[in-house]
Amino acid sequence: MTGPKIIFFILSGAIVVFSILSISSRRILRAAIFLLFVLVAMAGLYYMMNFQFLAAVQLILYAGGIVVLIIFSILLTSQIDSKLDLPKKGHLLSGAITAIGGIMLSAMTILQFTFQPARLAPVDTDMRSIGLQLLDTGVHGYALPFEVISILLLAALVGSIFIAQKNKT
Amino acid sequence: MYDFAPLIDSITSYLNTNFSPFWAGLLAMVMLGLVLLLIYAVLGLYLVYAERKICARMQNRMGPNRVGPMGLFQTIADLIKLLLKELIFIRNADNFLFNIAPFIVIVASIMAIGSIPFGKGLQAIDLNIGVLYILAISSMGVIGILIAGWASNSKYSVIGAMRSGAQVISYELSVGLALLCIITYAGTMQFSEIIASQQNGWWIFKGHLPAMIAFAVYLVAGTAETNRGPFDLAEAESELTAGFHTEYSGIKFAFFFLAEYMNMFIIAAVATTLFLGGWLPFHLFQWQGFNQVMDFIPPVFWFFGKTAFVIYLMMWFKWTFPRLRIDQLLALEWKYLLPINLMNLILISFLTLMQWHF
Repeated sequence: MTGPKIIFFILSGAIVVFSILSISSRRILRAAIFLLFVLVAMAGLYYMMNFQFLAAVQLILYAGGIVVLIIFSILLTSQIDSKLDLPKKGHLLSGAITAIGGIMLSAMTILQFTFQPARLAPVDTDMRSIGLQLLDTGVHGYALPFEVISILLLAALVGSIFIAQKNKT
Repeated sequence: MYDFAPLIDSITSYLNTNFSPFWAGLLAMVMLGLVLLLIYAVLGLYLVYAERKICARMQNRMGPNRVGPMGLFQTIADLIKLLLKELIFIRNADNFLFNIAPFIVIVASIMAIGSIPFGKGLQAIDLNIGVLYILAISSMGVIGILIAGWASNSKYSVIGAMRSGAQVISYELSVGLALLCIITYAGTMQFSEIIASQQNGWWIFKGHLPAMIAFAVYLVAGTAETNRGPFDLAEAESELTAGFHTEYSGIKFAFFFLAEYMNMFIIAAVATTLFLGGWLPFHLFQWQGFNQVMDFIPPVFWFFGKTAFVIYLMMWFKWTFPRLRIDQLLALEWKYLLPINLMNLILISFLTLMQWHF
């Protein structure tokens, strides 16, 4: 048992435990906080794979951005003593059957497949190469997708301003 | 001279020769954690002392002066008092979240401390993405504040948390863009390389006017991000009693208090590293004699001296400006700082392309 292995098991154990807690908690803000822990533990896994940039992006976008947004909307809409209703018996049963079936199916597929260690050279995750790749207009460059996404975001921004506008003319 | 790298190398080699790799790694982690915690606690306590003294000077008072010489042990006495105080449990609060909130806030700031270069070779972890890491970690702190406000089940706390959340999210943008200006100049996000790029002059001098604008914007936005006055709407004493930590007592309150001061230290330390040359000494043109004398002062003193200067500026803001209203606060960010910042970034990109900086 080496150090990194122990940390890996701690992180992946945390992901499993907190993701189960986040869907089974009846208080909605607690569920959001458990989701935050799952996302932070995943950032830790990325960091262990030496994808430092991806780990930081995971933290800044998911933990710092999306979870804060979720918490904000919970703060505005719900009260502290409001709990989610318990699911009906029938729903619970059908959900459990679906989940167990899904787990068994994917477990069988994973166990039958023989994994081989990757033979590709390790990818360069330096900031500079990521930046160059993002601005590359060549075959494997991301300049076009980047610009298309930014136009989509701009459209979403304009749309949300229009919806939130008070005196529509 | 004054390089800490040999010391740290000798400790690492001692651990590696006397223990198995697993125990050596574990011991190194524990030692590092203890040192960082010690720095954290001592710095936090003396920042509180400095704030009280500076505030007192600005209000023409004496400040703490009874416990120890010049009141130097006052904050230690305060800490003992806070440790011994009763922890209040609220019946109608969400106790799990109520207890976990101070820890989220304090863990975020301790993690940020880890990547700050205190001196030559005196940096716990030198990440490739240093600046981005600090931004990512400091964005976690606000979650602690938000759930502290909500879990307390008190209207003052919720209003304080909402204000604080809105403030931190919007000012994070300005902090990030101001730091991006220096990243554009230096061409890297790694703290050690940013410092190395300032060997022939600090970015605030080398970067012409845009670097100074970025520094000013960073200071304003950084002060707002730590929820300090004049941006302390989150805990506006006169209207919200104490905002998000109204219901907290004892050591849990102390955690929020300490984290606020340490966040101020982190903001100041990042400003020092990016704009003021980190632990590099002050050099003037080619004056060999003057530069030699400056080199004689250890880098750790340079780092803490510059950081103390930036912290003094932030305390000066707090005790001289009146508090902003929430609409003024958001207007300042979205209508003034953000456009200035974007124009500044375009200007800096142009300067970097033309190689006009020194």
